[in-house]
Amino acid sequence: MTNTHHEPLMRIVKRSESTFKHKVIIRLIAVLLALVIDAMFIYFVTGLNPFAVYTTMFQGTFSNPMRFSWAMRDLASLLLVGIALAPAFKMRFWNIGAEGQVLVGALATAAVMVYYGGKLPNALLYPTMLIAALAAGALWGFVPGVFKAKFGTNETLFTLMMNYVAIQLVACCVNIWRGQASGLGKLNMKSKAGWFPQVFGQRYNINLIVVVLLVVLMYCYLRYTKQGYEISVVGESENTARYAGINVGKVIIRTMILSGALCGLTGFLIVGGRDQTISTGTAGGNGFTAIIVAWLAKFNTFYMALISFLLIFLEKGAGEIASAYNLNDFASDIIAGIILFCILGSEFFINYKPIFRSSKQTSIGKEVA
Amino acid sequence: MDTLIAWILRAIPFGTIIMYGALGEIVTEKTGNLNLGVPGIMYLGGFAGFASAYLYENSVAAPNMFLCVILSLVCAFIASMIGGLIYSFLTITLRANQNVTGLALTTFGMGVANFFGVFILDGRTATQSLVYKTFQTKIPVLSQLGTIGQTVFGYGFMVYAAIILAIVLHHILSHTRIGLNLRAIGENPATADAAGISVTRYKYLATCLGAGISGLGGLYYVLDYNQGIWATTGQIEALGWLALALVIFTTWKPLNAIWGSYLFGTLYWLYQFLPTLMGFSVPGYITDLIQMVPYLVTIAVLIVTSLRKKREDQPPASLGLAYFREER
Repeated sequence: MTNTHHEPLMRIVKRSESTFKHKVIIRLIAVLLALVIDAMFIYFVTGLNPFAVYTTMFQGTFSNPMRFSWAMRDLASLLLVGIALAPAFKMRFWNIGAEGQVLVGALATAAVMVYYGGKLPNALLYPTMLIAALAAGALWGFVPGVFKAKFGTNETLFTLMMNYVAIQLVACCVNIWRGQASGLGKLNMKSKAGWFPQVFGQRYNINLIVVVLLVVLMYCYLRYTKQGYEISVVGESENTARYAGINVGKVIIRTMILSGALCGLTGFLIVGGRDQTISTGTAGGNGFTAIIVAWLAKFNTFYMALISFLLIFLEKGAGEIASAYNLNDFASDIIAGIILFCILGSEFFINYKPIFRSSKQTSIGKEVA
Repeated sequence: MDTLIAWILRAIPFGTIIMYGALGEIVTEKTGNLNLGVPGIMYLGGFAGFASAYLYENSVAAPNMFLCVILSLVCAFIASMIGGLIYSFLTITLRANQNVTGLALTTFGMGVANFFGVFILDGRTATQSLVYKTFQTKIPVLSQLGTIGQTVFGYGFMVYAAIILAIVLHHILSHTRIGLNLRAIGENPATADAAGISVTRYKYLATCLGAGISGLGGLYYVLDYNQGIWATTGQIEALGWLALALVIFTTWKPLNAIWGSYLFGTLYWLYQFLPTLMGFSVPGYITDLIQMVPYLVTIAVLIVTSLRKKREDQPPASLGLAYFREER
């Protein structure tokens, strides 16, 4: 009778800790698996040789210095939003509204360019643009933050709705500024007032410098400061935070102002350094993609740089495939989607350990202990 | 008066799209799964429905329209369920983060629909499936009965199917054992598990069926609302997000989705009909501002429900959390 109890074929145990090597191996397997699935997809749908397609894909980013520079430009926009979102998500505040926060930052920048361009000297114009962008972004973060802190209002949908409010505001202003013209075009085309100066040949290189700085700064902020510590405690458990004497509401509001302001900064950099104009598509979906970037990197800004690069590489590569093989660049969405599914799924094998029936009893005993 | 009728005739079909999306998501969220992949799922449903109808029409000499409708419904439902299955496997079995998985599913669904859509478009900017005429068939005699007939009976069958679906879902969720089990899992999966309810099975079923229902919203958009025209657009994505907002608006009650979605539809078309109704014209930039209204109303509702803190208006307690039996 002693041996009649059923042991299930497989059961799952939580890992207390996994080594760095283990994590790297699991993630590599996930990416490899994704590439194999993607290759199968490419082969069965298009009949093309997947290896040739992957080679072409590589050229999207690396075929010449200009391509690489463009990839870096787009990486800067994505990574900036990711860095801005990191503190909010580490606090488990689901800020789906980066898109809107970037847009209002961009709108404030553009407004300063339109109304003060040529009236203020450049030395004053840049700070005014920057402050306006920071303030606008911070406001867009503050509003859902304060309602979450005071009344527990669901932030996921609040921030999502704020995106649309921002989009309509931008549509309204663009409508006013373009006047009778069909499109807005570049702002201050003649005077170039508010355009970033060229550094190493490109205006957007300033964005790259800022993003490198922010990667380091945000890493230190989250890792080594008291505020960063408070954020992680609130993220782990609000009750623990309260018990430890942390003013949870204050931390939420402060972090959302920071997160929003950094999104606003991104808007400023996009308008001043990259586009010199504004449209409802200025944020370009980065607000959503950046969430995935921040989450997969577990809010480590250096990993975020790596993941942003992977995603930008895919996007550029898919564009290259599209033009080379007469496909369309929505393939990049599918390829990225499959890779994300695999990486998300692989987290399971980092956090949990499946144990099969045939495993030795002693090993199970160790796991439980 | 004519403006008002035109407004209603616009608002109800618009509401129907997001009603399907929201009804599916209510079922999903009742078991504690917050699926942000609704836009992607609606893309999958819309495209699968369109593609199956279009391919059938073009491969058969005399297509049977009734069969075509059934085919598109089934294909849309299955394609959306596959989307739901991917989400379920990742979040339920592999316990991945629900929000991030949902967002990835949105990217994926949009990519799949538009990627394969381009093959069907074959260089054109838009193609049309003629099955929309069957989808749009009004109720024969009743829709001829003056204004009321026009505004109440003047839509395709999927408008009424949505209402019936809402009532059926309300009945299942509130008055049956299955609904009780579903709600129990959404509130506290550990307790439901202890009571002998198979948490995993219910979560899978609810999420996949919910996704199927949401996908019908995409189908309705393409084959009825948009007159069977497929084009590469971002429109369905915006509708999917609106459907998610509607779920909150209804406070997770299917019956509220009926009037809630029509209200959304009314507000959505506010910018076009209100100025005419009031007898003045507004410049374009004011129109942009009026288009903000549905979103502002949703925010207001969010705030009000969080202020009132009524027990029955709260989201399922375990919403967004993965369940792991050994973690108590």
